[in-house]
Amino acid sequence: MAIELLKGNEAIAEAAVRAGVDAYFGYPITPQTELLEYMAKRMPELGRVFLQAESELGAINMVYGAACAGKRAMTSSSSPGVSLMQEGLSYIAAAEVPVVLVDVMRGGPGLGNIAPSQSDYFQMVKSAGHGDFKPIVLAPASVQEAVDIMDLAFDLADKYRTIVTVLLDGTIGQMMEPAELPPMKPRRTAAPGWALTGAADRSKNMILPFRLQVDDLEAYNLQLQQKLALIAHSEVRYHEQMVDDAELIVVGFGTAGRIAQTAVRLARRQGIKAGLFRPITLWPFPERRLSQLADDARGFLVVEMNAGQMVEDVRLAVGGQAPVKFLGRMGGSLPMPDDILAAIVKLDQASTRAQPDAPCTIEGPSMPLKHFVSVN
Amino acid sequence: MALKGRIVIDTERCKGCELCASVCPHVAIHMSDTFNAKGYRPAQWADLNNECTGCASCAVLCPEAAIRVYREVPARAVTTTT
Amino acid sequence: MTIESYSEAIVADRPKALSKTQSHYCPGCLHGLAHRLIAEVLDELAIRGTTLMVAPVGCAVFASNYFECDSVVAPHGRAPAVATGLKRVSPDKIVFAYQGDGDLASIGTAEIIHAAARGESITVIFINNAVYGMTGGQMAPTSLVGMKTTSSPFGRDVKTMGSPLKMSELIAGIDGATFVSRRSMHNPAEIRKAKKAIRRAFEVQINHQGFSLVELLSNCPTNWQMTPLESLRWIETRMVPVFPLGDLKNAAANNGLKGV
Repeated sequence: MAIELLKGNEAIAEAAVRAGVDAYFGYPITPQTELLEYMAKRMPELGRVFLQAESELGAINMVYGAACAGKRAMTSSSSPGVSLMQEGLSYIAAAEVPVVLVDVMRGGPGLGNIAPSQSDYFQMVKSAGHGDFKPIVLAPASVQEAVDIMDLAFDLADKYRTIVTVLLDGTIGQMMEPAELPPMKPRRTAAPGWALTGAADRSKNMILPFRLQVDDLEAYNLQLQQKLALIAHSEVRYHEQMVDDAELIVVGFGTAGRIAQTAVRLARRQGIKAGLFRPITLWPFPERRLSQLADDARGFLVVEMNAGQMVEDVRLAVGGQAPVKFLGRMGGSLPMPDDILAAIVKLDQASTRAQPDAPCTIEGPSMPLKHFVSVN
Repeated sequence: MALKGRIVIDTERCKGCELCASVCPHVAIHMSDTFNAKGYRPAQWADLNNECTGCASCAVLCPEAAIRVYREVPARAVTTTT
Repeated sequence: MTIESYSEAIVADRPKALSKTQSHYCPGCLHGLAHRLIAEVLDELAIRGTTLMVAPVGCAVFASNYFECDSVVAPHGRAPAVATGLKRVSPDKIVFAYQGDGDLASIGTAEIIHAAARGESITVIFINNAVYGMTGGQMAPTSLVGMKTTSSPFGRDVKTMGSPLKMSELIAGIDGATFVSRRSMHNPAEIRKAKKAIRRAFEVQINHQGFSLVELLSNCPTNWQMTPLESLRWIETRMVPVFPLGDLKNAAANNGLKGV
């Protein structure tokens, strides 16, 4: 396969096609609509199912239906649309059918804007819907990584009969950069035993996203938690750079993690031993690895495009062994390398092993905004 | 001569809603004096005057599909080879 | 040698597509009857083994236990969307959604309207008993004017709560809808017509003729606080005038498909 100049949303769509997706149901919402448009052309070409639903709520329930038939089904949306999908996601989790969701985050809350953001980390990692369940959340930082992640997403969804969310922001969805698409995988023909394929010559299959009796539901939840524990044990993924001798670790996922790479290099040039830690699975969160890094590091800087969400998980993982500072940009602005570098330098000067961990400080953009309160 | 019929009521499935009794043209269904396992007083077939024709109105209206209806098949000559 | 012989035929029995499980429905509730009619049609058309059912949230949330076919429970109101997903990836299967009035006419109106507008090749069985049964008898979009329910304790007031929503008429007006019928289950004659309509709806799907829906007027003895017999009268005297019966749309020729 050749390297091509690909637009994120379209590359992700084609990668899903090559991973053998059978059905796509979606709804227009910036900044992911090109994914839907691409599928509108491509899926019928291959005799596969494409349907634009009446709403994201309709779309996720169509995905639920298709997944119940044992087919590889997916949808894509963005922040407000994903909010509409959360009821369906909870049912899908309870039904334990494999589903892939691509969530291209935009500025929030409310209508927010159509610029990129990471302000739905909590929505997807902490509470993708009512009830105790967690989708696997994969966060690519480039078009290439997004392409590679799609095949993994479908495999993990099938392997654990769960939801896998590919969580990126509008930057990756909208930008074009060179990437190589995988070869076309043959589509699965045999449906899994649990699938709804007609009880012609077997006892009926019932997919019931509920358990009425209390002890049944508790037993069922324990079973779900066991599955999540298994996933947490074996499916953690992250990317590290220059951490072996690093004294300061910059932590960021997706676009923020990618921009932080430059800042870490700039810091190194100034003789600051900085390293980059970029979680790829936001759930299961790489807490063990972070905790290990905290044994030696004397400071962490978390960079996000939100008001501070993953920083909480980093704090939990670091467990007070070292200060964890936060640099956040919102509204669709990107954290610039210089801002991150400045924060690294400040962290370098301020953090010694002795200093207790200061509370989360929201350092606003370099241009001070009057309503930004910096809590020290 | 009208065909004869009879019904069998699954008394454990019956919930004593009395709809079958309300629709039997010959009032041949009464509610039992006993109770089934669920505590319902099931319907009981009581075709004292042998009037049931197997019209199946009772079964058609039964919300629990608890009534099986038999109806005589018209007498016909059956030739057998001996 | 001729022998006069008399034998008995079974003229009414439990259909095979209906499971043996005892239903949880209240005594006299016509959900069970609707289940039986559907099961009889599945048997007659010999499609039980290729039929997939989508159950709603409501009293019929346990319907999966009562049919001998594969099924899934959809979120409240979303059955037409789940059915769409199922059907689109398994066009060779027969897919039907079973919904109550709260499910279809209230929270799920967008889903049912658009499934019909797409001419989705599914069959929807819509049970209209004018209240939310499972949750204890609240007002539904199909509650009659003046009707007292637990959430319209002073009677449904048109000024503040609107008037009954006539879903079959609404859906019959949608081009994508091929067969739309409203029947009732309040007496054997109407029940026989209801079964014919259900059968016709499944035939439309089998013949790839588009979207089919059958609305069945039904009862709720418990929440209407009536005896089962009184509830049938109430359907006849109060509901039928508001929800007239008949085939509202039959846009496809019945190309003589005979049950096996």
